[in-house]
Amino acid sequence: MVGVPAALHIGLVWIPATLTVILSFAEWDNLAPLSDIRDVGFRNYWFIFTVFEGDLFGALFNNFVLIIWLTICSAIGMLFAYLLDKNIRGSRFYQSVYYFPVVLSLAVVGFIWKSTMFSRDRGLLNTLWPGGPIDFVGDGTKIFSFDLPFLDPALGLSKNFAALLVAMAWRHIGYIMVMYLAGLKAVDQALREAAAIDGCNEWQAFRRVIFPSLKPINVIVVVITAIEALRAYDIIAALNEPRGTDVMGTLVTKSLLGEGGGRVGFGSAYGVVMLLLCLGFIIWYVINHYRESEL
Amino acid sequence: MSKTANRLQSLRDSSLSRRNFVIGSGAAAVGGATLLAACGDDDEAAPAATTTAAPATTAAPTTTAAAETGVGTTTLGSNYSDEKPRNALAAAVAATGVDTIINTIDHNTYQENFNTYIQQPDDVVAWFAGYRMRAFASKGVVGDISDVWDNLPGMSDGFRSAASGLDGKQYFVPLYFYPWAVHYRKSVFADNGYSIPTTWDEFKGLCDTMAADGITPLCAANDGRWPQMGMFDMLNMRINGYDFHVSLMGGRENWEDARVQNIFSTWEEILPYYQPDPNGRTWQDAANALGDKSAGMYLIGTFLTSNFDGDTQADIIDDIDFFLFPEVDPAYGQDAIEAPIDGFMMAADPANEEGAKALLAGLGSVAAIDAYLSVDPSVVAANSNADTSGYNALQKKSAEAVGSAKFISQFLDRDTDPDFAANVAGVGIADFLATPGNIGTILADIEAKKQTYTFE
Repeated sequence: MVGVPAALHIGLVWIPATLTVILSFAEWDNLAPLSDIRDVGFRNYWFIFTVFEGDLFGALFNNFVLIIWLTICSAIGMLFAYLLDKNIRGSRFYQSVYYFPVVLSLAVVGFIWKSTMFSRDRGLLNTLWPGGPIDFVGDGTKIFSFDLPFLDPALGLSKNFAALLVAMAWRHIGYIMVMYLAGLKAVDQALREAAAIDGCNEWQAFRRVIFPSLKPINVIVVVITAIEALRAYDIIAALNEPRGTDVMGTLVTKSLLGEGGGRVGFGSAYGVVMLLLCLGFIIWYVINHYRESEL
Repeated sequence: MSKTANRLQSLRDSSLSRRNFVIGSGAAAVGGATLLAACGDDDEAAPAATTTAAPATTAAPTTTAAAETGVGTTTLGSNYSDEKPRNALAAAVAATGVDTIINTIDHNTYQENFNTYIQQPDDVVAWFAGYRMRAFASKGVVGDISDVWDNLPGMSDGFRSAASGLDGKQYFVPLYFYPWAVHYRKSVFADNGYSIPTTWDEFKGLCDTMAADGITPLCAANDGRWPQMGMFDMLNMRINGYDFHVSLMGGRENWEDARVQNIFSTWEEILPYYQPDPNGRTWQDAANALGDKSAGMYLIGTFLTSNFDGDTQADIIDDIDFFLFPEVDPAYGQDAIEAPIDGFMMAADPANEEGAKALLAGLGSVAAIDAYLSVDPSVVAANSNADTSGYNALQKKSAEAVGSAKFISQFLDRDTDPDFAANVAGVGIADFLATPGNIGTILADIEAKKQTYTFE
């Protein structure tokens, strides 16, 4: 029963991933016959770490920002779920409001925000904004930045990426909220009563009783948040990849997809960097998870 | 992205990305290249729509090629996926008299996956002139059709050279083109007494006058990082000449050269007249500023008029005119124009070579483009014998402008390695627009990255 899916998984995920690693050491235009693929050793890596380092580290930094930001959004989602779980008036209404963006693909969210919210000339945000118009899509000026001696330009959060973060939060919060709502419904009512009888205040009850009992949900949320942050691509592509908003996902496709000549080796090298990051996270996670369950 | 300009067709569908991100997202994350390659090997990647254009008895006078009988059925891979161009192409193919199955694929998908597709293509494939044709020609994945060119009356030498590979043989048959020029509103110029500038100083003077009159002199868009490539191309050809432009595009010049610096310092003179924040603006949003007369001039392709609705905004379309980009260096005058050409190539190893060549000869003929124009009159025929009676003023002017130009360039992303255009030059231009003062650093970065490309 599990053999077939496993074979599919190996065939469709691990074999291509291995081939990506191999291609990252090669030069190929995705056009010439396979026999023309040239082994160039670490040259692609040398190029992306020395010549295109501004692109690479800029993208890595944006992925890092996403991890932090989506973690914050997950916490907000949990808070919303906790509040809505208390059956306050109109909770169904709020649930619908927050959950609505989740049914949309992030690419669609990107289109919506680009044309109706962010557009400098006719977007809603600029219509409501009292000051001068802001170029939410194209303004790659850094809000803050770190000057690293070996890197130019400086790493930092660009204004348009910050605007994108808002659009992503719009969707991510609802997503996480729904998961916690489901989890909270499953928490044994007796636990809450016991905590109340023992004299816990609300924070203590949440911190010591409810949150630990949500552990299965927490595990899923951590995984989802990390994956969303690392695989971010669609919303940025939908906005036409403005300056300063590159993430690893867009760097990979920029070199792989092209009308005239793809740079397969380059794109694969970016892909391997991304793969290593994901593997690092997965290994760290698995080790932690199993260590805890053994205790 | 790119890459990267499908222009006329793709630009009709508003602000959608020119990259096909849906395809990319799944495949590229892990093992992208292999997955993409795998996808293309089967034919399922293909036909969104299949149209058969049987020889039409009612078609306009057939060409010599079409008159040949018994060439059998041939296939045509097409990216003319919007309704009007699709029907127009079907009419053009019918006019050739060659029994053809047209496989139409969404134009973004088609272009993004062309590398894979061209390895097992249809007999005849739709594509663009310039570097992007030459790259395939020199890699031997498209077929030599020099003998088709022996009998293509009405095609000028300019088009022949645009259709030639680096080896001097022909690999491409042009269908139509659309020039880039400075567009303006006739009524605005008439009401304010502006005259057409022909030199750089007159141009800047006009910008000054417009600014004083409360009109933003220049529409400026750069969303997707391609619209301002047009300004770069024009400035380079006006300041340094067409030959230098070709050489720079071919990777044979240093981007830190004083001549390249000069392009940007000249460009900086007109940046104050730009609409602010061009990097975030789509070309359509910029066109709307020309539509409501809040801006005065717009350097863009003639597809600009497609931004306006033919029924409700006909007055705007009729009011739009263009002039050639002004002279900067008298040595080069206004001798070059940018006019991307769309047309067709033949597979290296077509299933039906005789049919494919008959079809290509037919598509290059007057009959085919006349049939095309009768359905979609918005383009300008490459064949100089085409029936121009249906042309509007703008089309007539386009034909004249390109006909009298000494040099025709294709567009930055069609004239050089598309990856270099999208990921290096286009990014550099966007950086320049945001921080003109950093041009030294930006050019050094472009030059360093250029070294990693082979420009074969």
